[in-house]
Amino acid sequence: MAGKVVTISSGKGGVGKTTATANLGISLASLGKKVVVIDADIGLRNLDVIMGLENRIVYDLVDIVEGRSKLRQSMIKHKKFEDLFLIPAAQTRDKMAVSPEDMVKLTDELREDYDYVLIDSPAGIERGFRNALEPADEVLIVTNPEVSAVRDADRITGLIEAADKGPGRLIINRLKPDLVKKGEMLSSDDVYDILGLKIIGIIPEDELVLSASNSGIPVTLNMDSKAGMAFNNVARRLTGEDVPFMNLDDNPGLFQRLVRFLDGR
Amino acid sequence: MTSLLNRLFGRTKRGSGATAKNRLHFVLQHDRINLPPERAEEMKKEILAVIVKYLAVDQERVEIALEQRDRMHSKLVAELPIVNETYKSENLKPEPVATVATDAGSNGAGKVNEGEPEDASAEDAEEDDKEPVADKSDEDSSKDDDKR
Repeated sequence: MAGKVVTISSGKGGVGKTTATANLGISLASLGKKVVVIDADIGLRNLDVIMGLENRIVYDLVDIVEGRSKLRQSMIKHKKFEDLFLIPAAQTRDKMAVSPEDMVKLTDELREDYDYVLIDSPAGIERGFRNALEPADEVLIVTNPEVSAVRDADRITGLIEAADKGPGRLIINRLKPDLVKKGEMLSSDDVYDILGLKIIGIIPEDELVLSASNSGIPVTLNMDSKAGMAFNNVARRLTGEDVPFMNLDDNPGLFQRLVRFLDGR
Repeated sequence: MTSLLNRLFGRTKRGSGATAKNRLHFVLQHDRINLPPERAEEMKKEILAVIVKYLAVDQERVEIALEQRDRMHSKLVAELPIVNETYKSENLKPEPVATVATDAGSNGAGKVNEGEPEDASAEDAEEDDKEPVADKSDEDSSKDDDKR
Protein backbone atom coordinates (compact mmCIF):
# COMPACT_ATOMS: atom_id res chain seq x y z
CA MET A 1 0.00 0.00 0.00
CA ALA A 2 1.29 3.44 -0.92
CA GLY A 3 -0.37 5.99 1.32
CA LYS A 4 -0.54 9.65 0.51
CA VAL A 5 1.15 12.36 2.55
CA VAL A 6 -0.94 15.54 2.70
CA THR A 7 0.44 18.66 4.37
CA ILE A 8 -1.92 21.31 5.68
CA SER A 9 -0.27 24.76 5.66
CA SER A 10 -1.23 28.42 5.58
CA GLY A 11 1.64 30.82 6.20
CA LYS A 12 -0.43 32.93 8.57
CA GLY A 13 -1.30 31.58 11.98
CA GLY A 14 -4.78 31.27 13.38
CA VAL A 15 -6.61 30.58 10.12
CA GLY A 16 -7.65 27.07 11.11
CA LYS A 17 -4.89 24.66 10.03
CA THR A 18 -5.13 22.52 13.14
CA THR A 19 -8.92 22.49 13.03
CA ALA A 20 -8.78 21.49 9.37
CA THR A 21 -6.23 18.73 10.03
CA ALA A 22 -8.24 17.27 12.91
CA ASN A 23 -11.47 17.31 10.95
CA LEU A 24 -9.97 15.87 7.79
CA GLY A 25 -8.41 13.09 9.87
CA ILE A 26 -11.77 12.25 11.44
CA SER A 27 -13.63 12.49 8.12
CA LEU A 28 -11.15 10.27 6.30
CA ALA A 29 -11.30 7.73 9.13
CA SER A 30 -15.10 7.75 9.00
CA LEU A 31 -14.82 7.02 5.27
CA GLY A 32 -12.97 3.85 6.27
CA LYS A 33 -9.45 5.09 5.54
CA LYS A 34 -6.44 4.30 7.70
CA VAL A 35 -5.08 7.65 8.83
CA VAL A 36 -2.20 9.12 10.84
CA VAL A 37 -2.18 12.82 11.73
CA ILE A 38 1.12 14.40 12.70
CA ASP A 39 1.46 17.63 14.67
CA ALA A 40 4.58 19.24 13.21
CA ASP A 41 4.29 22.38 15.34
CA ILE A 42 7.05 21.49 17.79
CA GLY A 43 6.96 23.69 20.90
CA LEU A 44 3.34 24.69 20.35
CA ARG A 45 1.48 21.39 20.55
CA ASN A 46 -2.22 21.80 19.71
CA LEU A 47 -3.60 19.02 17.55
CA ASP A 48 -3.91 16.74 20.61
CA VAL A 49 -6.36 19.05 22.42
CA ILE A 50 -8.42 19.72 19.29
CA MET A 51 -8.78 15.96 18.87
CA GLY A 52 -9.42 15.37 22.58
CA LEU A 53 -6.36 13.12 22.99
CA GLU A 54 -4.22 15.27 25.29
CA ASN A 55 -4.48 12.89 28.25
CA ARG A 56 -3.05 9.94 26.39
CA ILE A 57 0.28 11.34 25.29
CA VAL A 58 3.36 9.44 26.42
CA TYR A 59 5.81 9.90 23.57
CA ASP A 60 6.04 12.55 20.85
CA LEU A 61 7.49 13.27 17.42
CA VAL A 62 10.94 14.18 18.77
CA ASP A 63 11.09 10.98 20.86
CA ILE A 64 10.44 8.98 17.68
CA VAL A 65 12.96 10.89 15.58
CA GLU A 66 15.65 10.66 18.25
CA GLY A 67 15.03 6.95 18.74
CA ARG A 68 13.76 7.05 22.33
CA SER A 69 10.50 5.39 21.38
CA LYS A 70 9.29 3.05 18.68
CA LEU A 71 6.96 4.52 16.08
CA ARG A 72 4.01 2.19 16.76
CA GLN A 73 4.10 2.59 20.52
CA SER A 74 4.19 6.39 20.19
CA MET A 75 1.09 6.69 18.02
CA ILE A 76 -2.07 7.55 19.95
CA LYS A 77 -5.20 5.79 18.84
CA HIS A 78 -8.37 7.86 18.58
CA LYS A 79 -11.19 7.01 20.99
CA LYS A 80 -13.80 6.53 18.28
CA PHE A 81 -11.85 5.28 15.29
CA GLU A 82 -9.72 2.13 15.27
CA ASP A 83 -7.67 3.30 12.32
CA LEU A 84 -7.01 6.92 13.25
CA PHE A 85 -3.78 7.79 15.05
CA LEU A 86 -2.05 10.94 16.28
CA ILE A 87 1.67 11.63 16.53
CA PRO A 88 1.86 14.65 18.84
CA ALA A 89 4.44 17.41 18.70
CA ALA A 90 7.01 17.74 21.46
CA GLN A 91 6.12 20.56 23.79
CA THR A 92 9.52 21.32 25.29
CA ARG A 93 11.77 21.35 22.25
CA ASP A 94 12.11 23.61 19.23
CA LYS A 95 11.68 23.03 15.54
CA MET A 96 15.37 22.35 14.96
CA ALA A 97 15.00 19.05 16.82
CA VAL A 98 13.52 17.57 13.62
CA SER A 99 14.90 17.83 10.07
CA PRO A 100 13.05 17.58 6.75
CA GLU A 101 14.89 14.28 6.14
CA ASP A 102 13.60 12.90 9.47
CA MET A 103 10.07 13.68 8.30
CA VAL A 104 10.61 11.94 4.97
CA LYS A 105 11.94 8.85 6.72
CA LEU A 106 9.05 8.78 9.17
CA THR A 107 6.32 9.28 6.59
CA ASP A 108 7.87 6.72 4.24
CA GLU A 109 7.47 4.16 6.99
CA LEU A 110 3.86 5.23 7.68
CA ARG A 111 2.96 5.20 3.98
CA GLU A 112 3.40 1.42 3.99
CA ASP A 113 0.47 0.83 6.35
CA TYR A 114 -1.79 3.87 6.11
CA ASP A 115 -3.90 5.45 3.38
CA TYR A 116 -3.33 9.02 4.51
CA VAL A 117 -0.67 10.77 6.54
CA LEU A 118 -1.84 14.31 7.37
CA ILE A 119 0.77 16.79 8.58
CA ASP A 120 -0.35 19.88 10.49
CA SER A 121 2.26 22.48 9.52
CA PRO A 122 3.23 25.28 11.89
CA ALA A 123 2.61 28.88 10.80
CA GLY A 124 5.50 30.74 9.23
CA ILE A 125 7.89 29.83 6.44
CA GLU A 126 10.86 28.57 8.44
CA ARG A 127 12.14 25.19 9.57
CA GLY A 128 8.83 23.87 10.89
CA PHE A 129 7.15 24.60 7.56
CA ARG A 130 10.07 23.00 5.70
CA ASN A 131 9.75 19.90 7.86
CA ALA A 132 6.06 19.64 6.99
CA LEU A 133 6.55 20.41 3.29
CA GLU A 134 9.43 18.06 2.45
CA PRO A 135 7.53 14.73 2.67
CA ALA A 136 4.29 16.07 1.10
CA ASP A 137 2.65 14.48 -1.93
CA GLU A 138 0.04 17.19 -1.86
CA VAL A 139 -0.36 20.45 0.02
CA LEU A 140 -3.62 21.99 1.18
CA ILE A 141 -3.45 25.69 1.90
CA VAL A 142 -5.87 27.02 4.49
CA THR A 143 -6.80 30.67 4.25
CA ASN A 144 -9.51 33.05 5.43
CA PRO A 145 -11.29 35.49 3.09
CA GLU A 146 -9.29 38.38 4.50
CA VAL A 147 -6.33 40.36 3.10
CA SER A 148 -3.48 39.27 5.36
CA ALA A 149 -4.40 35.57 5.24
CA VAL A 150 -4.72 35.63 1.44
CA ARG A 151 -1.42 37.46 1.07
CA ASP A 152 0.35 34.87 3.22
CA ALA A 153 -1.35 32.08 1.30
CA ASP A 154 0.13 33.52 -1.88
CA ARG A 155 3.59 33.66 -0.33
CA ILE A 156 3.39 30.06 0.81
CA THR A 157 2.06 29.01 -2.60
CA GLY A 158 5.20 30.43 -4.22
CA LEU A 159 7.38 28.45 -1.80
CA ILE A 160 5.37 25.28 -2.39
CA GLU A 161 5.77 25.64 -6.15
CA ALA A 162 9.47 26.41 -5.82
CA ALA A 163 9.85 23.14 -3.87
CA ASP A 164 8.06 21.27 -6.70
CA LYS A 165 5.18 20.38 -4.40
CA GLY A 166 2.57 22.47 -6.18
CA PRO A 167 0.05 23.41 -7.12
CA GLY A 168 -1.59 23.24 -3.74
CA ARG A 169 -5.33 23.24 -3.29
CA LEU A 170 -7.15 25.81 -1.23
CA ILE A 171 -9.42 25.53 1.80
CA ILE A 172 -11.24 28.81 2.37
CA ASN A 173 -12.11 28.74 6.04
CA ARG A 174 -14.49 30.90 8.08
CA LEU A 175 -16.39 32.37 5.15
CA LYS A 176 -19.43 34.41 6.16
CA PRO A 177 -22.00 34.15 3.36
CA ASP A 178 -24.09 37.05 4.67
CA LEU A 179 -21.07 39.39 4.61
CA VAL A 180 -20.12 38.20 1.12
CA LYS A 181 -23.67 38.94 0.01
CA LYS A 182 -23.35 42.48 1.34
CA GLY A 183 -20.05 42.90 -0.48
CA GLU A 184 -18.22 43.28 2.83
CA MET A 185 -16.12 40.13 2.53
CA LEU A 186 -14.01 38.56 -0.21
CA SER A 187 -16.02 35.82 -1.90
CA SER A 188 -14.57 32.41 -2.75
CA ASP A 189 -14.53 33.54 -6.40
CA ASP A 190 -12.51 36.62 -5.42
CA VAL A 191 -9.98 34.46 -3.58
CA TYR A 192 -9.78 32.14 -6.58
CA ASP A 193 -9.21 35.12 -8.91
CA ILE A 194 -6.43 36.44 -6.72
CA LEU A 195 -4.59 33.20 -5.95
CA GLY A 196 -5.40 31.13 -9.03
CA LEU A 197 -5.50 27.94 -6.96
CA LYS A 198 -8.08 25.20 -7.16
CA ILE A 199 -10.47 25.26 -4.24
CA ILE A 200 -10.97 21.96 -2.43
CA GLY A 201 -13.20 23.34 0.28
CA ILE A 202 -15.23 26.32 1.43
CA ILE A 203 -15.94 26.19 5.15
CA PRO A 204 -18.61 28.56 6.46
CA GLU A 205 -18.13 30.33 9.78
CA ASP A 206 -19.82 28.18 12.38
CA GLU A 207 -20.08 28.70 16.14
CA LEU A 208 -20.13 24.95 16.59
CA VAL A 209 -16.42 24.87 15.69
CA LEU A 210 -15.64 26.64 18.96
CA SER A 211 -17.89 24.30 20.94
CA ALA A 212 -16.11 21.42 19.24
CA SER A 213 -12.65 22.62 20.22
CA ASN A 214 -13.90 23.36 23.74
CA SER A 215 -15.00 19.76 24.12
CA GLY A 216 -12.26 18.11 22.04
CA ILE A 217 -14.76 16.51 19.67
CA PRO A 218 -14.04 17.73 16.12
CA VAL A 219 -16.98 19.45 14.49
CA THR A 220 -17.23 17.00 11.63
CA LEU A 221 -18.68 14.50 14.14
CA ASN A 222 -21.57 16.93 14.68
CA MET A 223 -24.19 16.22 12.02
CA ASP A 224 -25.86 19.62 12.58
CA SER A 225 -22.78 21.60 11.70
CA LYS A 226 -22.39 23.14 8.28
CA ALA A 227 -18.66 23.52 8.84
CA GLY A 228 -18.53 19.85 9.77
CA MET A 229 -20.33 18.90 6.56
CA ALA A 230 -18.00 21.12 4.55
CA PHE A 231 -14.90 19.46 6.09
CA ASN A 232 -16.41 16.09 5.33
CA ASN A 233 -16.77 17.16 1.70
CA VAL A 234 -13.11 18.18 1.62
CA ALA A 235 -12.14 14.69 2.79
CA ARG A 236 -14.26 13.09 0.08
CA ARG A 237 -12.74 15.36 -2.59
CA LEU A 238 -9.30 14.41 -1.28
CA THR A 239 -10.11 10.75 -1.99
CA GLY A 240 -10.94 11.73 -5.57
CA GLU A 241 -14.71 11.87 -5.25
CA ASP A 242 -16.48 14.60 -7.21
CA VAL A 243 -18.54 16.39 -4.57
CA PRO A 244 -20.51 19.54 -5.49
CA PHE A 245 -19.98 22.59 -3.30
CA MET A 246 -22.62 23.22 -0.66
CA ASN A 247 -25.06 26.04 -1.19
CA LEU A 248 -24.15 28.36 1.65
CA ASP A 249 -26.87 30.86 0.76
CA ASP A 250 -29.99 28.79 1.33
CA ASN A 251 -31.43 31.20 3.86
CA PRO A 252 -32.10 34.43 2.00
CA GLY A 253 -33.18 37.34 4.16
CA LEU A 254 -36.35 39.33 3.61
CA PHE A 255 -34.50 41.85 1.47
CA GLN A 256 -33.06 39.19 -0.83
CA ARG A 257 -36.44 37.55 -1.20
CA LEU A 258 -38.02 40.89 -2.05
CA VAL A 259 -35.36 41.55 -4.69
CA ARG A 260 -35.79 38.08 -6.15
CA PHE A 261 -39.57 38.49 -6.20
CA LEU A 262 -39.42 41.89 -7.92
CA ASP A 263 -36.87 40.60 -10.42
CA GLY A 264 -39.19 37.73 -11.24
CA ARG A 265 -36.68 35.13 -10.06
CA MET B 1 -34.86 47.19 -10.25
CA THR B 2 -32.26 45.57 -8.10
CA SER B 3 -29.95 48.54 -8.33
CA LEU B 4 -32.78 50.91 -7.47
CA LEU B 5 -33.62 48.83 -4.42
CA ASN B 6 -29.96 48.63 -3.52
CA ARG B 7 -29.78 52.41 -3.68
CA LEU B 8 -33.00 52.85 -1.75
CA PHE B 9 -31.76 50.62 1.04
CA GLY B 10 -28.25 52.03 0.90
CA ARG B 11 -26.78 48.76 -0.27
CA THR B 12 -23.99 49.01 -2.76
CA LYS B 13 -22.68 45.89 -4.39
CA ARG B 14 -19.13 47.10 -4.10
CA GLY B 15 -18.34 47.26 -0.44
CA SER B 16 -15.08 46.81 1.43
CA GLY B 17 -14.79 43.33 -0.12
CA ALA B 18 -14.04 44.94 -3.47
CA THR B 19 -11.49 47.22 -1.82
CA ALA B 20 -9.85 44.16 -0.28
CA LYS B 21 -9.63 42.50 -3.69
CA ASN B 22 -8.06 45.55 -5.34
CA ARG B 23 -5.55 46.00 -2.54
CA LEU B 24 -4.59 42.35 -2.70
CA HIS B 25 -4.10 42.50 -6.47
CA PHE B 26 -1.75 45.45 -6.02
CA VAL B 27 0.25 44.08 -3.11
CA LEU B 28 0.64 40.62 -4.66
CA GLN B 29 1.90 42.08 -7.93
CA HIS B 30 4.79 43.56 -6.01
CA ASP B 31 5.25 40.63 -3.61
CA ARG B 32 5.51 38.15 -6.46
CA ILE B 33 8.40 39.91 -8.19
CA ASN B 34 9.94 41.05 -4.92
CA LEU B 35 9.86 44.71 -5.92
CA PRO B 36 8.17 47.00 -3.41
CA PRO B 37 5.98 49.82 -4.81
CA GLU B 38 8.45 52.49 -3.72
CA ARG B 39 11.33 50.83 -5.63
CA ALA B 40 9.07 50.34 -8.64
CA GLU B 41 8.41 54.09 -8.72
CA GLU B 42 12.13 54.81 -8.61
CA MET B 43 12.66 52.37 -11.46
CA LYS B 44 9.98 54.03 -13.56
CA LYS B 45 11.62 57.41 -13.06
CA GLU B 46 15.00 56.02 -14.10
CA ILE B 47 13.59 54.32 -17.18
CA LEU B 48 11.93 57.54 -18.21
CA ALA B 49 15.08 59.55 -17.56
CA VAL B 50 17.01 57.31 -19.98
CA ILE B 51 14.34 57.44 -22.67
CA VAL B 52 13.95 61.24 -22.65
CA LYS B 53 17.67 61.48 -23.43
CA TYR B 54 16.91 60.03 -26.84
CA LEU B 55 13.27 60.76 -27.53
CA ALA B 56 10.81 63.57 -26.93
CA VAL B 57 8.23 61.77 -24.84
CA ASP B 58 4.85 63.17 -23.91
CA GLN B 59 5.42 62.86 -20.18
CA GLU B 60 1.78 63.56 -19.34
CA ARG B 61 0.70 60.38 -21.10
CA VAL B 62 3.48 58.03 -20.05
CA GLU B 63 2.26 54.77 -18.56
CA ILE B 64 4.60 52.20 -17.07
CA ALA B 65 2.73 49.41 -15.33
CA LEU B 66 3.14 45.89 -14.04
CA GLU B 67 0.90 43.31 -15.61
CA GLN B 68 0.40 39.86 -14.22
CA ARG B 69 -1.28 36.85 -15.75
CA ASP B 70 -0.52 34.63 -12.77
CA ARG B 71 2.11 34.00 -10.11
CA MET B 72 4.81 32.97 -12.59
CA HIS B 73 4.09 35.38 -15.44
CA SER B 74 4.61 39.06 -14.85
CA LYS B 75 5.60 41.76 -17.27
CA LEU B 76 6.38 45.41 -17.20
CA VAL B 77 4.46 47.23 -19.91
CA ALA B 78 5.37 50.76 -20.85
CA GLU B 79 3.52 53.10 -23.14
CA LEU B 80 5.64 56.13 -23.98
CA PRO B 81 3.96 58.35 -26.55
CA ILE B 82 6.57 60.18 -28.60
CA VAL B 83 6.12 63.81 -29.47
CA ASN B 84 7.24 63.90 -33.05
CA GLU B 85 7.58 67.44 -34.35
CA THR B 86 8.26 66.29 -37.91
CA TYR B 87 4.99 64.39 -38.17
CA LYS B 88 3.08 67.12 -36.43
CA SER B 89 4.13 69.80 -38.88
CA GLU B 90 3.17 67.62 -41.83
CA ASN B 91 -0.09 66.47 -40.29
CA LEU B 92 0.54 63.08 -41.78
CA LYS B 93 0.33 60.32 -39.23
CA PRO B 94 -0.71 59.90 -35.65
CA GLU B 95 2.18 59.84 -33.25
CA PRO B 96 3.88 56.48 -33.09
CA VAL B 97 4.05 54.84 -29.71
CA ALA B 98 7.14 53.12 -28.44
CA THR B 99 6.30 50.04 -26.44
CA VAL B 100 8.75 48.43 -24.08
CA ALA B 101 7.83 45.01 -22.75
CA THR B 102 9.80 43.40 -20.01
CA ASP B 103 9.22 39.80 -19.03
CA ALA B 104 9.90 39.21 -15.38
CA GLY B 105 9.53 35.46 -15.84
CA SER B 106 9.64 32.96 -13.03
CA ASN B 107 12.86 34.20 -11.45
CA GLY B 108 11.32 37.57 -10.74
CA ALA B 109 14.25 39.51 -12.15
CA GLY B 110 13.46 41.85 -15.00
CA LYS B 111 15.46 42.20 -18.18
CA VAL B 112 14.66 44.90 -20.66
CA ASN B 113 13.77 43.70 -24.13
CA GLU B 114 13.81 45.61 -27.38
CA GLY B 115 10.61 47.39 -28.35
CA GLU B 116 7.96 45.10 -29.80
CA PRO B 117 9.17 43.88 -33.18
CA GLU B 118 5.86 44.51 -34.98
CA ASP B 119 5.80 48.13 -33.94
CA ALA B 120 9.45 48.64 -34.77
CA SER B 121 9.09 47.28 -38.30
CA ALA B 122 5.95 49.30 -38.89
CA GLU B 123 7.79 52.45 -37.98
CA ASP B 124 10.67 51.48 -40.24
CA ALA B 125 8.26 51.04 -43.12
CA GLU B 126 6.86 54.49 -42.58
CA GLU B 127 10.34 55.91 -42.56
CA ASP B 128 11.19 54.14 -45.80
CA ASP B 129 8.36 55.83 -47.65
CA LYS B 130 9.99 59.17 -47.16
CA GLU B 131 13.15 60.81 -48.27
CA PRO B 132 16.28 60.52 -46.15
CA VAL B 133 16.04 62.44 -42.92
CA ALA B 134 18.78 64.89 -43.82
CA ASP B 135 16.76 66.20 -46.75
CA LYS B 136 13.56 66.51 -44.81
CA SER B 137 13.50 70.22 -44.19
CA ASP B 138 14.11 70.99 -47.85
CA GLU B 139 11.51 68.43 -48.86
CA ASP B 140 8.97 69.98 -46.53
CA SER B 141 9.45 73.45 -47.88
CA SER B 142 9.28 72.29 -51.49
CA LYS B 143 6.04 70.41 -50.79
CA ASP B 144 4.58 73.50 -49.21
CA ASP B 145 5.62 75.44 -52.28
CA ASP B 146 3.85 72.98 -54.55
CA LYS B 147 0.63 73.31 -52.61
CA ARG B 148 0.70 76.99 -52.91
